[in-house]
Amino acid sequence: MLEQQLINALTLGCVYALFALGFTLVFGVLEVINLSHGAVFMAGSYAALSVVEKLNTPLWLAILIAMLICGLFGLLVDVLILKPLRARNAPHLIPMIATIGVGIFLTNVAQGLFGAEIRRFPEEVLPAGEFVIGEVHLRALELAIVAIAFVLMAVLFVILKRTQLGRALRAIAESPKAAYLLGINVEGLFHLTSFVAAALGGAAGVLIGLNFNAITPFMGQPILHKGIAVIILGGMGDIRGALIGGLFLGFAEVFSKGYLSSQMGDAIAFGLLFLILLVRPSGLFGRVLERKA
Amino acid sequence: MRKFPTVPLLLAALTASFSASAADLKLGVAHALSGGAAQYGTAIRNGFVLAAEEINAKGGINGNKIQLVIDDEQGKKEEAINVFKKQIFQDKVLIIFGPTLSNSMFAAGPVANAAKTPVFATSNTAYGITDIGPFVFRNSVMEADVLPITVATATKHYGLKKVAVIYGNDDAFTKSGYDVFKQVLADQKMPVTTTETYVKGDVDFKAQLTKIKATAPDAIVCSCLAEEAANIILQARSLGISAPFIGGNGFNSPKLFEISKQAGNGTFVGSPWANANPAPVNQAFIAAYKKKYNADPNQFAAQAYDALYIAAAALQTVKISGNVEADRQALRDALPKVTLNGATGPFKFRPAVTKTGKPGGFDADQKPFIYTVQNGKFELYKGK
Repeated sequence: MLEQQLINALTLGCVYALFALGFTLVFGVLEVINLSHGAVFMAGSYAALSVVEKLNTPLWLAILIAMLICGLFGLLVDVLILKPLRARNAPHLIPMIATIGVGIFLTNVAQGLFGAEIRRFPEEVLPAGEFVIGEVHLRALELAIVAIAFVLMAVLFVILKRTQLGRALRAIAESPKAAYLLGINVEGLFHLTSFVAAALGGAAGVLIGLNFNAITPFMGQPILHKGIAVIILGGMGDIRGALIGGLFLGFAEVFSKGYLSSQMGDAIAFGLLFLILLVRPSGLFGRVLERKA
Repeated sequence: MRKFPTVPLLLAALTASFSASAADLKLGVAHALSGGAAQYGTAIRNGFVLAAEEINAKGGINGNKIQLVIDDEQGKKEEAINVFKKQIFQDKVLIIFGPTLSNSMFAAGPVANAAKTPVFATSNTAYGITDIGPFVFRNSVMEADVLPITVATATKHYGLKKVAVIYGNDDAFTKSGYDVFKQVLADQKMPVTTTETYVKGDVDFKAQLTKIKATAPDAIVCSCLAEEAANIILQARSLGISAPFIGGNGFNSPKLFEISKQAGNGTFVGSPWANANPAPVNQAFIAAYKKKYNADPNQFAAQAYDALYIAAAALQTVKISGNVEADRQALRDALPKVTLNGATGPFKFRPAVTKTGKPGGFDADQKPFIYTVQNGKFELYKGK
């Protein structure tokens, strides 16, 4: 039972991490808590599902198309909503509220287009492989989610730390104004970040949609709450934090459900989170807060 | 100044009484047409619309046409109260069919009961719904009537020695199903290896199922909504659990087993409605539904369809006076006498036994069908 629970926790943790990646990226660069990320995640699932159903494309292509659609949507939100707010120097809460609106809008559009019923990927497209070692069962899909979460994390991390683009992004994260004065195309990079973050959210939506195979217009909401917890725990805007925070929440949830009480699963997980934040208020990898003040 | 308003008021009263006596019977449908419960609510609305069209096509009730006032209560308590108030005081409907979820009925039912407006639930199976008051009716069969038969049949079929239980603990419907299961398992002296819970919106049940697997039950008793049930079944199989499932009312969805394919085989479910029930009235309903909506009906559509015919049978015996309060009272008094052989089988009402002993509403007095799942399809259980 322990081995199986470890695997359950690892996959669930990577699901959370995958979702939190784009979420934390937007916060790190734009300093916006983008609450439409859950809806974008949902849109990714539907986009891939529609492509698979209507065009019979292979799964990898469907994922890429879903990422592109979500990315473009993220870009659109940035251009149409976040940019005008930036130009008017709106206080921090305003873009957050605006993204809640975007999320509601997207959820209702999805409900109008696809209905409230749960939709699922046709069985043929699901990767069928399964590994059984003794009592432990591991599906190929779960393995893929774990691998993709780690790979994406590594790629993003290397880009941020080792490339010119990453340096520019970090400069913006530090101070958009200073970055602008240094000749960095701040608006362009904001757009790029929004695109990439939404594309990542879309990819997470497809993978998680495949894993749990239950796609509804409302699937973004519960995971959005978990996602917020993950990035707060990991340190707002930190890529490593998204992975560690996601894994932490996954392990806390699975082990409290598996060994303590399934009634109390979330309560224990979030209670632990609260305790950690008491000790480290800015999260595991969070920047020290005074510098911003 | 004070004299003027009386003229238009009189006129309004006159026209109102005229239109009510020889035109439409306004019946309210308050169901979740958006939100998470919309998959039930839309099926229910379809059932009502189909029945209303059939009745109107045959000339209505004593020459009066049925006019459905359909509103979306979004599966939310607050919204259900709003919609109930609108339909009672603004639309002046004779009866309200709804709401979709038991949760919402506990909130909105008292509003209708206080306004002496009959309210007719077709999908609320929670315990205590008809305790709300004497204006509350339902043709949804309570789990307390279905589950003992389901469990006993499965126990006999599989020779069960011990079972595990999983249920959603933050939903009135699944929680009340669990309470009944618990009672039934205790009554039938069936040991329970472990009881696991989850909350609405969960999609990952592996932690709980891994724990269940470690206790090696002969079957898994599941009080879940269809949306969670599919994932629970699929994830149980992917963890290597082969025990069959015994489902509550939430399992009553042919779609669930289309999705879970072979994984759901061997599941036992009790249902107030059976797709496979060969009664002509049921087969006619299925054919008409398929023709109109190009989709298979489910239990919820069938119960809604029957509910309108039950109300129509009661209205047939009522002399519509045009005074909405009197007509509501007359309809309320006529409803309990109705018997019907509908899509869900022979139906009659039974006065509710309330916790307080005060007069309550009326529950369904109906026998369930027991299904097993074979090759991803519901089949009526015919014995070993």
